[in-house]
Amino acid sequence: MTIIHTDRLHREFTVGTRLRRRRVTAVADVTLTVEPGDAVGFLGPNGAGKSTTIKMLTGVLVPTSGWARVCGLDPVRQRRELARRIGVVFGQRSQLWWDLPLVESFDLHGAIHRVPSARFRERLDECVQLLDMAPFLATPVRQLSLGQRMRGEVTAALLHSPRLLVLDEPTIGLDLASKERLRGFLSTVNARGDVTLLLTTHDLPDVERLCRRVIVIDRGRVLVDDELSTLRARFAGNRALVVELTEPIPPLLGLPGVVDVSVQAQGLRQRLEFTQAVNAAELIAAVAARAPLRDVAIAEPSIEDLVRALYATEDSPAR
Amino acid sequence: MLAPYPQLVRAGYRRHASYWQASLGGVTANVVFGLLRGAILIAVLAQRGSVAGYDTAVAVTYVWLGQGLIGVVLLWGDTELSQRIRTGDVVIDLSRPWNLQAAMLATDLGRAGHAIGARLLPPMAFGALFFPLRWPEHPITWILIAAAVPLAVTVSFSIRFLLNASAFWLLDARGALAVWGATSGVLGGLVLPLSWYPSWARAVLAWTPFPALFQFPIDVFTERGDAFTLITKQLVWAALLLAAGQVVLARGTRRLVVQGG
Amino acid sequence: MAELPPVESSPRHRSVYPRILASRLRSQLAYPGSFALDVVAQIIGQAIELLGILVVFTQVRSLGGFSSTEVVLMYGLAATAFGLAILCVEQIEKLPEYVRTGQFDVMLLRPLSTLAQLLTADLALKRLGRVGTGLAVLGWSLTTLQLDWTPVRALVAATAPLVGAVILAALFVAANTVSFWLIDGQEAANSVTYGSNFATSYPITVYGPWLRRLMCFVLPGAFVAYFPALALLGRPDPLGLPDALRYSPPLVAALTVALTTLIWRAGVRHYQGTGS
Repeated sequence: MTIIHTDRLHREFTVGTRLRRRRVTAVADVTLTVEPGDAVGFLGPNGAGKSTTIKMLTGVLVPTSGWARVCGLDPVRQRRELARRIGVVFGQRSQLWWDLPLVESFDLHGAIHRVPSARFRERLDECVQLLDMAPFLATPVRQLSLGQRMRGEVTAALLHSPRLLVLDEPTIGLDLASKERLRGFLSTVNARGDVTLLLTTHDLPDVERLCRRVIVIDRGRVLVDDELSTLRARFAGNRALVVELTEPIPPLLGLPGVVDVSVQAQGLRQRLEFTQAVNAAELIAAVAARAPLRDVAIAEPSIEDLVRALYATEDSPAR
Repeated sequence: MLAPYPQLVRAGYRRHASYWQASLGGVTANVVFGLLRGAILIAVLAQRGSVAGYDTAVAVTYVWLGQGLIGVVLLWGDTELSQRIRTGDVVIDLSRPWNLQAAMLATDLGRAGHAIGARLLPPMAFGALFFPLRWPEHPITWILIAAAVPLAVTVSFSIRFLLNASAFWLLDARGALAVWGATSGVLGGLVLPLSWYPSWARAVLAWTPFPALFQFPIDVFTERGDAFTLITKQLVWAALLLAAGQVVLARGTRRLVVQGG
Repeated sequence: MAELPPVESSPRHRSVYPRILASRLRSQLAYPGSFALDVVAQIIGQAIELLGILVVFTQVRSLGGFSSTEVVLMYGLAATAFGLAILCVEQIEKLPEYVRTGQFDVMLLRPLSTLAQLLTADLALKRLGRVGTGLAVLGWSLTTLQLDWTPVRALVAATAPLVGAVILAALFVAANTVSFWLIDGQEAANSVTYGSNFATSYPITVYGPWLRRLMCFVLPGAFVAYFPALALLGRPDPLGLPDALRYSPPLVAALTVALTTLIWRAGVRHYQGTGS
């Protein structure tokens, strides 16, 4: 069964004061399908319509027009039924009980979703072990670090064995180690094939690590819906080496794998965009051989770069 | 460069100007309560004609002015200082080059200024439209009431400040604020005119700041008693309570510095 | 459609709400000193309303055709009912906060009724202070009045506070549903909730015709204390309303709950229609 199926899903909002009202389109005719076991990254800049789409898919918000089925259900009309089959994690709002020990929040989630005791124990034990939560199970949620809390949030969302796990900015604000631990866990869970992942993020490494498929949305429209590997080959993934020089020199053209060179500060700073195929260390060595370096920095590609690249490409598939 | 306080008054005003829904809702609630309370007083006066100098006109004026003053004088819901003490944010406030109490008073007066337009005048207008209010006979009363209301706000503020500052020691001022919220209305003459109370109760209340909150400004407006005496009493209470607040703030600050919150 | 995971019944399932509540109560009692003071404030707050009635009766011998003890009976019924109501549903006042912080979305994402979740998210235990005061006053007036007890009157005395609590609780929820439409609508809701509490504490005969229609019948405050009191006192209605009304509160309570459910559903639909 298809997990998510939408047809021209559309949402408008009325904004502004009473005097000057106007309609704004947040999500414009989004049509997509997600199959079981898939891991989909849902990307786009701030205000692109990601959260609005997720709200419509989870039954929190009614579409202005269009149609959606999630796990075969109408999200708004069968909200409670749907809630039994999906798990949702919001990076910035908590589903845990603030002043209770973490483990009691888990108990309550088990009770809310009527998870049979045996299965609940098994599921919880597995999460506790994989996410290394034993040391803080008895700690009240308000005393947890953000990383610990997020591990709790993800566990709570998985206790009832949902078919779909929706994660809205799950790694926002986490330190690198916490991010990595969470990504590892999610990919393990997804790899077993019984949970479909839909995740929004600003963090491209999240996508690299977790998603096989990427949907890029901007201004409410789907710009790209493709396999990550295809996408990586076509667009972004380009990193940039920013070199600071001790004296101005002409543009550093002709280095292998460098696709674009831009010169700033009268030639004292140059930005070399290079493909994934290039080893950054070798590139730095090559630059150092040609110019006196004062400092180097490597810029990872951002979602915004990706979107810009998509717009810049003539043949970009508008949906 | 001006002292920050006039700007704080303006900021207090503007901050509340954006909550028009709340003002509208507050006025609705105050009008409903005015109607209910007025009905009780009118029912009493229908039997007696006049009680302790209150005829129907004075009684409804008392009710509607009182309903308007609730939002200006403010008895409930001021927990900002105690919460900032509890969270430790008060350290930021104390490190600024101002007198914290004066700054908060300025903000509160600005809030009250907004409330005069948004919360006092509408119930008064409603009362004037449907009831025979007793308007001041002497023009000077308008000037006196213009002094009595800000003084009532100042007395209310300085008590709220003291109660909130108790959080320096108790950490949780909720209980103290709840008791104040429950008692100040009845002790200040908002619920029923204090002159209707038994004489012993009046004698006790005369030694407290509570009548300065509602009964005094309403008495000034309805021209009962000597307005100058009433305003002088308000002034004395405001000065005493503000001074007490300064002492408590200094002690609380020292405690914070010594114990590190 | 794929098969659902089998839903088995085990003891833990049926007890979601009590478990959430128990956890909240524990946290309320975590600071016993502050909690005790809160309860005391509730007792004082409730007692002061009684004080107002007593002050009025220092000036007159009857109010709206009722003696002081009779008015105190109405007050006792109203206070107990309001105390119970607010004890159970005060949490609804947090609705604007839930909407603003997005916490209401989290509730929509659980397979439970949103209203049930919101109401059971906490219990205003301190309001027991009000219930206690109300019960004490009610007990005092019932014994002082030397009523002519019949089984029906005993039944009315036992059920009136509960039925009144249901009516006031439903009103409380219905009024606060306004927060779905007006995020700062809390104070407007107060005119219905606390206004009803005040209105029901006095005989409805003191109000003018319009105020009575609005605060006693449109908002069914008259059925909280006034009509049950008439039933207990066994005296004719000074307003000449039919005697059957004094036994109608349970019906009115059922109606009020039904209407409130509809209003709540409309509120949630509106929320889902606009987003936060």
